[in-house]
Amino acid sequence: MMSNMKSMFDLNKIDSQGGKVETSNQQSDQAPINALEVRNLNFYYGSFQGLKDINLDIEQGKVTAFIGPSGCGKSTLLRTLNRMYDLYPGQRAEGEINFYGQNILEPGQDLNLLRSRIGMVFQKPTPFPMSIYENIAFGVRLYEKLSRSEMDERVEWALNKAALWTEAKDKLNQSGLSLSGGQQQRLCIARGVAVKPSVILLDEPTSALDPISTGKIEELINELKHEYTIAIVTHNMQQAARVSDYTAYMYLGSLIEYGKTDEIFIKPKRKETEDYITGRFG
Amino acid sequence: MNNTSNIDQSIFAKRKRSNKIGLTLSMGAMLLGMIFLLWILGVLLFKGLSAIDLNMFTHSTPAPGSEGGGLANAIVGSLLLVGTCTLVSTPIGVLAGLYLSEYGDRSRVAAVTRFVTDIMLSAPSIVIGLFVYAFVVAQARHFSGWAGTIALALIAIPVVVRTTENMLRLVPGSLREAAYALGTPKWKVAFMITLRAAQSGVMTGILLALARVSGETAPLLFTALNNQFFSTNMNAPMANLPVVIFQFAMSPYDNWVELAWGGALLITFAVLGLNILARVVFREKVQG
Repeated sequence: MMSNMKSMFDLNKIDSQGGKVETSNQQSDQAPINALEVRNLNFYYGSFQGLKDINLDIEQGKVTAFIGPSGCGKSTLLRTLNRMYDLYPGQRAEGEINFYGQNILEPGQDLNLLRSRIGMVFQKPTPFPMSIYENIAFGVRLYEKLSRSEMDERVEWALNKAALWTEAKDKLNQSGLSLSGGQQQRLCIARGVAVKPSVILLDEPTSALDPISTGKIEELINELKHEYTIAIVTHNMQQAARVSDYTAYMYLGSLIEYGKTDEIFIKPKRKETEDYITGRFG
Repeated sequence: MNNTSNIDQSIFAKRKRSNKIGLTLSMGAMLLGMIFLLWILGVLLFKGLSAIDLNMFTHSTPAPGSEGGGLANAIVGSLLLVGTCTLVSTPIGVLAGLYLSEYGDRSRVAAVTRFVTDIMLSAPSIVIGLFVYAFVVAQARHFSGWAGTIALALIAIPVVVRTTENMLRLVPGSLREAAYALGTPKWKVAFMITLRAAQSGVMTGILLALARVSGETAPLLFTALNNQFFSTNMNAPMANLPVVIFQFAMSPYDNWVELAWGGALLITFAVLGLNILARVVFREKVQG
């Protein structure tokens, strides 16, 4: 795990200095690095098969969107990526999900450690029943021992990342539940960012929010993708088009089409994708 | 058009009528309950208020035939019994509730625990008193405050277990998932997130359990018994309000009967206060 993390940070550096890499690297100039590689993934809720033979790569430092009608398996796929399904007996996954080369579906994985590396934000804001400060410090304390001043800095940093600092800085000791819905959701993003994961999974993060809050979260996604790999499930196709670099269209548990967002939205290869995107189906 | 509006009118009239009948019936039922409650409180106030004075809190229960006296020993005894009962039943009840909701869930152990808890909830309190008498008092060969504590705790624990479990189940699964998604180990999710989110509900359960046990007489008759003198020794028989009320109310002495009314008033308002406190605690949480 540590070596993976180290190499990832190196790779990040290479990524940001793309030009240099081109001249020094012997291989093809812009070989993309995949944070996650899903291979032959099948997923079962008891006897019902929720995902059918999914293959897809999630590129590091990009935003990948999952779209499709309700029940198509997009949230299910997202929840396999941090093994959230493991909380529920009767749900199981087969196949491979490689997180920087390591198959996270293998037995014996430390799921808590995995989830600290692959964060998740949910549809409904879920602030913990504690102060705004503690909401963020809680996750950080799980894996790091920081002094009071370091923790103060980390909280400010995370709230800044989530564009919540100016609104929250005067009420850090107030309950997280005292914030508005949109602010609560940004608090949840701050909380996820604070533990410094490498991947952030967003499960319909704006579906419970008003348009202004939604706009703020979308701006945030654009900011965050410079440092994190992001996978987002959304019902809103305009949102997928606005925020993502790659889009996956899913239907009835199968991955129908996957590619660059521009291509998927402008000239999809599959008829089904086109029907869904143009609203002729749904 | 005309036709449909006619139909609407007749349906509307019918609904109005059944609404009126329903409202009358429920108002009648409410009044019936209220009348008896107010009657009881009224009689208590009328008969008990005159007994409440400073002496009641400073003097111990009088010997047969002697004048005056108070309930100091019984008040302190009741506080000690209920206090120790809280200290014993809160951790056991809350931990068991936490197990049922967060760990056991659908396991066999959990099912058995729930079944036993439900039986205990409806067990007559005199049976619990006899049980403690047989296993504690008879073994130790004397009545004691601790035996009373055990009997009260056996009544309080199931209440705390059930309310704790129910309150924890009200915590949305999404909150637990959010905690797991940060890489939180299970015990921390249970104790620091779920239990915290259900905090006021759990508190309410504890307060209601207290309200329940503080008026119990039967289990104390066989365990703590009574003590004419002021005593804080939990290893000895201990005076307590319910048993004093029970004995004094049936006595031939006027001053005893009056003390019994005073004690009854005191305990009723203590229980009422606990119930109100429980509601306030719960409402505060719900609002924010």
